[in-house]
Amino acid sequence: MQDFAESFSLAFGLVLAADADLLEIIGLSLRVSLSAVLISCALGLPLGAAVAMGHFPGRHALIVLLNALMGLPPVVVGLLVYLMLSNAGPFGWLQLLYTPTAMIIAQSILITPIVAALSREVLEQLHDEYDEQFRSLCLPPHIAVAALLWDARYSLLTVALAGFGRAIAEVGAVIIVGGNIAHLTRVMTTAIALETSKGDLALALALGIVLITMALSVNAAVMGLRASAARQAYA
Amino acid sequence: MNCRRWLIPILALLVTSATALAVEKSIILQSTTSTANSGLYDHLLPIFTEKSGITVHVVAVGTGQAIKNAQNGDGDVLLVHARSAEEAFVAEGYGVERFDVMYNDFIVVGPPTDPAKVNGMKDTAAALRMIADAGVPFASRGDNSGTHKKEVALWQRAGVDVASASGSWYRETGSGMGATLNVAVGMGAYALTDRGTWISFKNKGDYVIAVEGSDDLFNQYGVILVDPDRHPRVKAVEGQAFIDWILGAEGQAAIATYTLGGQQLFFPNAK
Repeated sequence: MQDFAESFSLAFGLVLAADADLLEIIGLSLRVSLSAVLISCALGLPLGAAVAMGHFPGRHALIVLLNALMGLPPVVVGLLVYLMLSNAGPFGWLQLLYTPTAMIIAQSILITPIVAALSREVLEQLHDEYDEQFRSLCLPPHIAVAALLWDARYSLLTVALAGFGRAIAEVGAVIIVGGNIAHLTRVMTTAIALETSKGDLALALALGIVLITMALSVNAAVMGLRASAARQAYA
Repeated sequence: MNCRRWLIPILALLVTSATALAVEKSIILQSTTSTANSGLYDHLLPIFTEKSGITVHVVAVGTGQAIKNAQNGDGDVLLVHARSAEEAFVAEGYGVERFDVMYNDFIVVGPPTDPAKVNGMKDTAAALRMIADAGVPFASRGDNSGTHKKEVALWQRAGVDVASASGSWYRETGSGMGATLNVAVGMGAYALTDRGTWISFKNKGDYVIAVEGSDDLFNQYGVILVDPDRHPRVKAVEGQAFIDWILGAEGQAAIATYTLGGQQLFFPNAK
């Protein structure tokens, strides 16, 4: 199992050399997945809040559906987005297939249910706590939603990180809609799949180590921000 | 967390990434994992781009998927290796015309212990029959790729019904050439591969070439322009420029000069 030792030294060497190709791939991975997280938050948080606070028929069915959609298989999402964006599909005229935008769309579809379902859980618990107070103050719903989102912001940050983790790690969707084109749509996971298929397992694992380190850095940065924000809030 | 103020920069990002593509002259080449993984395109395409100003984006998938993508109009040029499927593609009106580009050959690789006793054989059909009779594992692509189609044809010629053996000694991986070789090396199975992929493959372990050199292992690559009459968004001018170049003296010479470890991987044979 000398692959492991070799991979660690390779990963180290790759990062130290700041290889231009690698930096480009890391940059695109972050750009695609962070964009997808932001879009998913813009869509998923209001949806989660609406389901958490609302009383409407079919609410329970919607919760079950959202929870189930957290397990959307990336390869199926990739296939659906491919069929939509293909020149033979309804949105072919947008000419988005094999672009980073297509990858952002696919990952957004993948993680919006995660953000919606988890934020629903968080917000519902908080809402149960605040409900009487909201009613005694006669708050209009949009103010109440804003207050809930604000007070739950740290938990929701973890929700966003869960979505980011899913997005940065998936390969099934981006390889179909992005095509793993060098210098255009190649991200960390598709590069790892490519090196594995070339039989260069040491390099593939080295890229994997870099990917995990990237995910760690993003999580650490967010948690660091959160901690300093919390200190300011209570100072 | 207020995500709304992020929306505008995101939309701007989406729009710029879409327009950035529209400005540069580029084509999408639907091609196979065997040509891409061997590094051939990394050698060829910079030469073409330098000369023409056209960037070539390669989508490397199995021949079956490449043809399907091209049928959907999601590519401008198709460069694959499954002659009958390519001719059907043109006959059904998806492609303009098919041209021979280059060839190499298929080989059967296997473990050095050679449990089916086929090493060094020149008769592929007989060798495959011996693998089947011995019940030694054989890793198949099983993905409708050019290599898989070739393999199925070889089994037919050998008179072995592999469908009934699927799951026992005949194992369909349903994945690309490299992934299938990884599986074969892992389970001590024989496998059919193109020589280019094998030479550039880095996880060979102690595997050796078992069968090579017979006429039925010939591997011809063809190039086709996706028909702009069928799919109006096909970049016919740029696509044709690439085809003219790769079939011309310069492109053919560039193919011949690509070597890996001192071995030539592809042999140009455009007429």
